[in-house]
Amino acid sequence: MIARVLVANRGEIARRVFRTCAELGVGTVAVYSDADAELPHASAADAAVRLPGNTPSETYLRPALLVRAAQHTGADAIHPGYGFLSENEAFARAVIDAGLTWIGPPPAAIASMGSKVVSKRLMADAGVPVLAELDPDEVTEADLPVLVKASAGGGGRGMRVVRELAALSDAIASAEAEAGSAFGDSTVFCERYLATGRHIEVQVLADQHGTVWAIGERECSIQRRHQKVIEEAPSPLVDSRMREELFDAARKAAKAIDYVGAGTVEFIVAPTPLSEGPTPRATDAGEFFFLEMNTRLQVEHPVTECTTGVDLVALQLRVAEGEQLPADPPATRGHAIEARLYAEDAAKDWQPQSGTLHAFEVPRAANTFGASAAGGAQAESGVRLDSGFESGSVVGVHYDPMLAKVIAWAPTRAEAARSLAAALSAATIHGVMTNRDLLVNVLRHPAFLAGETDTAFFDRHGLDVLATPLADEAARKLGALAAALADAAAGRQDAKVLGGLPGGWRNVPSQPQRKRYAAGDESYDVAYRIGRSGLVAPDYEGVELISAAPDRVVLGVDGVRRTFNVARYGELRCVDSPLGSVSLTRQPRYTDPEAALPAGSLLAPMPGSVLRVAVESGQDVRAGQPLLWLEAMKMEHQIAAPADGVVAELNVKAGQQVDVGTVLAVVQAATAS
Amino acid sequence: MSALKTTVDVTSEDYAAYREAMLAKLDEIETEHAKAIEGGGEKYTERHRKRGKLLARERIELLIDEDSPFMELSPLAAWGSDYKVGASIVTGIGVVEGVECMIIASDPTVKGGSMNPWSVKKGFRAADIAAQNRLPTINLVESGGADLPTQKEIFIPGGRTFRDITRSSARQVPTVALVFGNSTAGGAYLPGMSDYVVMVKEKAKVFLGGPPLVKMATGEESDDESLGGAEMHARTSGLADYLAVDEEDAIRLGRSIIRRLNWHKRGPSPKARYTEPRYDAEDLLGIVPTDLKIPFDPREVIARVVDGSEFDEFKPLYGSSLVTGWAEVHGYPVGILANARGVLFSEESQKATQFIQLANQSNTPLLFLHNTTGYMVGKEYEQKGIIKHGAMMINAVSNSTVPHISMLIGASYGAGHYGMCGRAYDPRFLFAWPSAKSAVMGAQQLAGVLSIVARAAAESRGADYSEENDAAMRAMVEGQIEAESLPMFLSGMLYDDGIIDPRDSRTVLGMSLSAIHNAEFKGAQRYGVFRM
Repeated sequence: MIARVLVANRGEIARRVFRTCAELGVGTVAVYSDADAELPHASAADAAVRLPGNTPSETYLRPALLVRAAQHTGADAIHPGYGFLSENEAFARAVIDAGLTWIGPPPAAIASMGSKVVSKRLMADAGVPVLAELDPDEVTEADLPVLVKASAGGGGRGMRVVRELAALSDAIASAEAEAGSAFGDSTVFCERYLATGRHIEVQVLADQHGTVWAIGERECSIQRRHQKVIEEAPSPLVDSRMREELFDAARKAAKAIDYVGAGTVEFIVAPTPLSEGPTPRATDAGEFFFLEMNTRLQVEHPVTECTTGVDLVALQLRVAEGEQLPADPPATRGHAIEARLYAEDAAKDWQPQSGTLHAFEVPRAANTFGASAAGGAQAESGVRLDSGFESGSVVGVHYDPMLAKVIAWAPTRAEAARSLAAALSAATIHGVMTNRDLLVNVLRHPAFLAGETDTAFFDRHGLDVLATPLADEAARKLGALAAALADAAAGRQDAKVLGGLPGGWRNVPSQPQRKRYAAGDESYDVAYRIGRSGLVAPDYEGVELISAAPDRVVLGVDGVRRTFNVARYGELRCVDSPLGSVSLTRQPRYTDPEAALPAGSLLAPMPGSVLRVAVESGQDVRAGQPLLWLEAMKMEHQIAAPADGVVAELNVKAGQQVDVGTVLAVVQAATAS
Repeated sequence: MSALKTTVDVTSEDYAAYREAMLAKLDEIETEHAKAIEGGGEKYTERHRKRGKLLARERIELLIDEDSPFMELSPLAAWGSDYKVGASIVTGIGVVEGVECMIIASDPTVKGGSMNPWSVKKGFRAADIAAQNRLPTINLVESGGADLPTQKEIFIPGGRTFRDITRSSARQVPTVALVFGNSTAGGAYLPGMSDYVVMVKEKAKVFLGGPPLVKMATGEESDDESLGGAEMHARTSGLADYLAVDEEDAIRLGRSIIRRLNWHKRGPSPKARYTEPRYDAEDLLGIVPTDLKIPFDPREVIARVVDGSEFDEFKPLYGSSLVTGWAEVHGYPVGILANARGVLFSEESQKATQFIQLANQSNTPLLFLHNTTGYMVGKEYEQKGIIKHGAMMINAVSNSTVPHISMLIGASYGAGHYGMCGRAYDPRFLFAWPSAKSAVMGAQQLAGVLSIVARAAAESRGADYSEENDAAMRAMVEGQIEAESLPMFLSGMLYDDGIIDPRDSRTVLGMSLSAIHNAEFKGAQRYGVFRM
């Protein structure tokens, strides 16, 4: 029996494992990097061990540190979570060699699947359909587009889509470089790219006694940058015949490598007939091909839990303890959908966001880290929140920007989608921009609701459309008014003198009160006056003020009562209402000339480090010309010249760490002549 | 504590008629206020804006704390004169960085902001209010100086302006000048006398003599910038303490100066918690009868002005033509004297005298609600000593040292105006409702008196007295006196601090009381000899 589990991971998955451990009466140990010291997972276990440093390679990727932490705290088992060392054969071996229980598959199984090149051959031999590997030297126009993939990869890193032959060698080189730095293995391979395939995976669970379950499939076709965004179970595409074939292939895959524990076999389902190419099986739509097997718990495992009622982490522990699974997996019922809430600006090329998450609440989520209350039966429908962050947490730059997973389950897919969209739109998320509105738009999209989900969903329906804020222009404008009236109420409340008198009272009124707010690139100049008969705001025809308090403003809008909740953090105003959430930045009433930046100043959009600098001070540049690159949140960001001109100031050099808002360079625009 | 009850019937015909009359008067006043706001009119406003400048009221709006109240004073100054309504200057009490300040802004759209005799008087009144209530002063300067054709009315008395600034400073009440434009010749002493000076780059111009005058006096060739530019004063003469890049920056700097004053009000703080009146201030529009001969109960006004409508009446059964009692307004304690049936008799006078003394004993500010036709005349009353008793009341009012606020809601005639703390008795603030009238006596009575006197004179000369002429004379006099007793006229003369909407009474009193409490005050211990 396992007595105490160390989770060699962070964030929501660490908390998820702790939750099951606590239910089972198993002790828990957390590990945390310096950057994560204040995150909830660091204080969610019975004990926590610091991993000095911030970068993954200093912390969560250090097998020796993790094993020592387990030994030091008396943990007798290690759960690797997902990502980091979860599919690292050496780590699994180190854990086992240290006499600890490894809550995961045998190291050999990890190794077999760790190399995509090797695993594809193994699977082909076992009779699992695969997309053939292409020799980069023999790729022809007819094979295009092709996908270059890191053999050791995952999460979309080290992956490149190549649409022109000429770009292939560059893509291979850069994928190799990225794979090398991300996984320590620069091997990449080529295969045909199914631009619009559907991503379907099967959850397997195998015990040490030869039982292999295929518990159900999940569809994870809605992806961005090859990372899943929305996952569901079951797949709307899969019928019972196809399900049987998929389950059969998944079981074959697991058996072929003597798999033990929880794992996921991923397939891609071709959407259209592939008339040519070297893959003889791919002649019909609906044909599926083995992509890879993830030898760990998946991020999206909750949708399986919510449709089966099982606790996969509990089963992982039992399997690791040598228990035997019943012959057949539990039946599935209903439908579950998971949305990954990322701190990112979807409309701006998914730019990761960081900062203080001032408030984070999903009021409709009655369940956390599990589909049922401890020991209770699972309800027919519900909303579950698996989150690594809480109100007040700081979202840093060192790790994946996923904040949380919100999962809804219900008897039907449509109900689950509606419930999840409602939960997300009612969530309070202040301080960090997220993909919340995008998720809600997808969940309410007719194509999604019709089950027409494929990996090109965002391209097909237009990211700009899908990333449209839930709060439309009218709602944003109302949000600015609500913020102004709430600010006015707050100011009155804090006033040292005359606070009890009517706000903005004039015996000789001549002009309105003014407040300015910015939302992204938009600016809202709110002019208002509270007259004897109520609100006077010429830009807001048909709007009346019902009540204004510092945290809540009620407006009558064309006769309809609307309530806006307003929160303020420094200059940030977060206005939430059923019309959508609006984030506004209060603009200063006066400009301090000393604080004003010279025109053409280029600011760091987020904290990060300068990767390289392409120009020198005094150099002539053209509009759009890249000046330097920042690395932040594991992504490269190019800083380009805003106009033709000359580099008047260059304040940073390669390797330098910069804070958000740092003036990196100043480009003095050439005067038009 | 006892809460006042109301008998106002908002559905009655009288109420509707009074309300309508009051609204019509408010409309007229709004029209006059609009003239003050308009300043020099569209053309000059446009020119001013084209220079990248803000209007006087825009400067004030930007200076005061967001959403804070601002009470303009004497907005109708110069009404009925040859000068623009408002007298090319804006004065008022506003909150800057949590500090109540007297704000004085010249209106450069009216003859370049030059000061006419009414502007000077309005400025004096503002300086008086600042001095009595210990308010820091912020001058927003852009003025062409004295309106030269009227120099005879400005030059000699106008010197007080600079005296007042430095006396304020001597009392440790700071003065700040934000110079947006011209401030030359005598005007140069405005920044010259101030504790803090901010000048706007390339816009402020502060010198004793401009280039032509210098040329005439000494033959020296010079220019504006070297004689009085903001840069020069900031870097060379040291007259400017801060150099602002633009108007907005000057206002920002002005606020930062006030923020660092470490200002503390010296008067007692108001109660933190208080309740609003139980009755709607809207009703105040229909309480005062159109004909001031019809009495009304001032308790109906008090009930709509004081906290929780709670009023503890003093001597309710004695001298019932004058209501006296204690209440609170926005958490500040006040003693209230309000005329109930117009006439002040001996009893009322003695009651008032005692009440004023009590307020001084307990250091309580006094609020006078005027609706009086004066002290009672007639054999019986003269013989009972009405002069002595009226004199007692006037003695008490004159020597009382707690702050007084007067509000003319109805009539304020004769010595009653004095006894109820009229303008000459230095109330800290005096406001009028549109329904108010003030004169030595009612227009009709005054015309009648003149008629009787003229008839008697004719008779004594043995001359014929033309009834026709008498009627014409009476009509003319009545018309003139009536016009001169109206609030707009009196406000134009600066005999009040503004005509207010009755519904704003509570707010105006709240602002006034809060301003008053910047200074400490102590009730009187000595009075003149009371004739008994």
